[in-house]
Amino acid sequence: MTVHSTSPQFKQNAARALNDDQLQKALGNVKQGFIDKRQMAADKLPEFEALRDSARDIKNHTLEHLDLYLEAYEGKVKASGGHVHFARDATEARDIILSICRETNAKTVTKGKSMISEEIGINHHLEANGLTPVETDLGEYIIQLRNELPSHIIAPAVHLNATQVEADFRRVHTHLDAKRDLSEPVQLLTEARAVLRERFLAADVGITGANFLVAETGTSIIVTNEGNGDLTQILPKTHIVLASIEKLVPTLEDVSQLLRVLARSATGQELSVYTTFSTGPRRSTDADGPENYHVVILDNGRSSMLGTAFEEMLRCIRCGACMNHCPVYHAVGGHAYGWVYPGPMGAVLTPSLIGVDKAGHLPNASTFCGRCESVCPVRIPLPKLMRHWREREFERHLTPATVRSGLQLWGFFAKRPALYRFATRAAMGALALAGRQRGRFAWLPMAKGWTKYRDFPAPQGETFQQRWKRERKGARA
Amino acid sequence: MSATPSPARPERPRVGLFVTCLVDLMRPSVGFAAVKLLEDAGCIVDAPVQTCCGQPAYNSGDRGTTRDLAMQVIEAFQGYDYVVAPSGSCAGMIKAHYPELFEEDPNWRAKADALAAKTHELTSFLVDVLGVTKVDASFNGAVTYHDSCSGLRELGVKRQPRKLLASIEGLTLVEMQDSDVCCGFGGTFAVKYSDISGAIVEAKAKNIEESHAPTVLAGDLGCLMNMAGKLSRDGRPIQVRHVAEVLAGMTDEPPIGAAKEPRRA
Repeated sequence: MTVHSTSPQFKQNAARALNDDQLQKALGNVKQGFIDKRQMAADKLPEFEALRDSARDIKNHTLEHLDLYLEAYEGKVKASGGHVHFARDATEARDIILSICRETNAKTVTKGKSMISEEIGINHHLEANGLTPVETDLGEYIIQLRNELPSHIIAPAVHLNATQVEADFRRVHTHLDAKRDLSEPVQLLTEARAVLRERFLAADVGITGANFLVAETGTSIIVTNEGNGDLTQILPKTHIVLASIEKLVPTLEDVSQLLRVLARSATGQELSVYTTFSTGPRRSTDADGPENYHVVILDNGRSSMLGTAFEEMLRCIRCGACMNHCPVYHAVGGHAYGWVYPGPMGAVLTPSLIGVDKAGHLPNASTFCGRCESVCPVRIPLPKLMRHWREREFERHLTPATVRSGLQLWGFFAKRPALYRFATRAAMGALALAGRQRGRFAWLPMAKGWTKYRDFPAPQGETFQQRWKRERKGARA
Repeated sequence: MSATPSPARPERPRVGLFVTCLVDLMRPSVGFAAVKLLEDAGCIVDAPVQTCCGQPAYNSGDRGTTRDLAMQVIEAFQGYDYVVAPSGSCAGMIKAHYPELFEEDPNWRAKADALAAKTHELTSFLVDVLGVTKVDASFNGAVTYHDSCSGLRELGVKRQPRKLLASIEGLTLVEMQDSDVCCGFGGTFAVKYSDISGAIVEAKAKNIEESHAPTVLAGDLGCLMNMAGKLSRDGRPIQVRHVAEVLAGMTDEPPIGAAKEPRRA
């Protein structure tokens, strides 16, 4: 079991999101920022496009030899004094993490930002077992207070505005002066810092994600902008790295290439503020660091994507550029997608992880505008993979019956040009006659979805092929 | 005639017009505008019997029907030097996706590759292949141009229509905000996810209006019908036309979604 999904209710989720004025305002604020910043960063680096090719190739190579790199990585972590645990699914990962926490008698567990931890629902599991997990990334902290999933993979609270955050802080931080001024974002930030500082010092275990796991050295790498990740992994006695199998990268040299496209694609930064490398527990000569170092590597359905068309999705380095550029994401936000991963990358990955029977809407809810693919730093052909899901659904008869029968009828005519010409001539003639007065229809039978929001332009009447035959072919005969 | 286009362009190339199902059924004047542009540029134009490129089936996951329709198109158009469509979406289907359909069938794959190699979107064919720099048309006023997604991202159609529009006397091109962002059409998406599509086209209509151009043009009839339908529903008096109509100087037909002007005495 992974976290609960509302992906089957995508349409209802989307309708609610479209009518949520506050959400629409928040989405409007973020739309342009990410896009412009990425473009500027890409324009400043002449080799950016070549780096994207190289990033794609590095990930492809790794995936082809993933077993070898996982083994090599495990060996290096062990050699540095750490432990590696492989978890087949979310349940195994949760159990492993809980037992590590219990071994150290942990009470407070701080967390750096990790999408895998969302995927396995670790916070609820720790809470249910009497521990206190504390998110330390500001956005994650806010949504933890609200008991929500992130709505964006790099900006988890992007769906909120400052007034909502202020209300949450007042609701939860009851030990602080009720009359304090929180009207400025910087005041919210300062308050969160102060509250979190105490948590950092109290923590027994720190859990972070990983952007990369380096096979060559057994190093895990996180990129952050707040520095919370460093405090999470350095201060507690025990550091747990929670990552999925596709985070493997062969060498530090490879990582340095991937880092050059990651932050540029995500936020338009050349590099994130912090890029932190950690290898094993603290050595006797180290000034600080954890006594225990564990890595939990999650599969959760990913290995079954290897060798299929969806293997390409495992190249993803979670920059968020696809959702930043997606008109559907811009319209409905991340929560509508109903599970952990939103936007185009979620539309491809989610069906792989929770089943296309549950997440079937996601790869269908795309105009195939192709903007996601055009910005993906590792060149994942996202529309093509969404289409592959549609093909799987069609093969398994999961496509809605109305769509199927409509397609069948249309296909029947389209495959018979003479009949098609005859039928369309009659239909267009009638439609043109009916629409002659206004030139458009405000309502048409069987086109409710279209006419709910826009008129349907009337056809001109005679079809092209009819007129062509009359004017050209007739003249030549 | 060879199946692969010869590197040297024939003096009077024989062009098969892939008119597209939407232009065929909804707005044949766009097809005739394309014919005029191609003939003015020295082509011999023919329009063989045709139905649809198969994209609705392809994007709905029905590969079987798509393949059948692709084979129909491949056969109908094999005898021409070039195939030209007044649509980036349908040309993109033939150029970028037909070869993928026959990955396991070398015989049809070769035919699909040959068709893909000689297929072009109308404005990019005129500019990139024929080297047309100027069209014989006049237009009075400002227009704004929407870049339809498939043409833009699959075929790189962006500067070609603008270059040709710039050669029209009396026409000024005013760029709208986000001209390269999807209009929300997406084929069956517009009907299947109408709420989301409605929200996306609303943003597009706003950008069109804020350009203050009285006319919006694009190279794909699906997007145009979507934008025209939204603009008229909201009572925004903006004329919507396919770029070929303006380039060919054939603007006597009422704009998309508009009634014929009542005759004045």
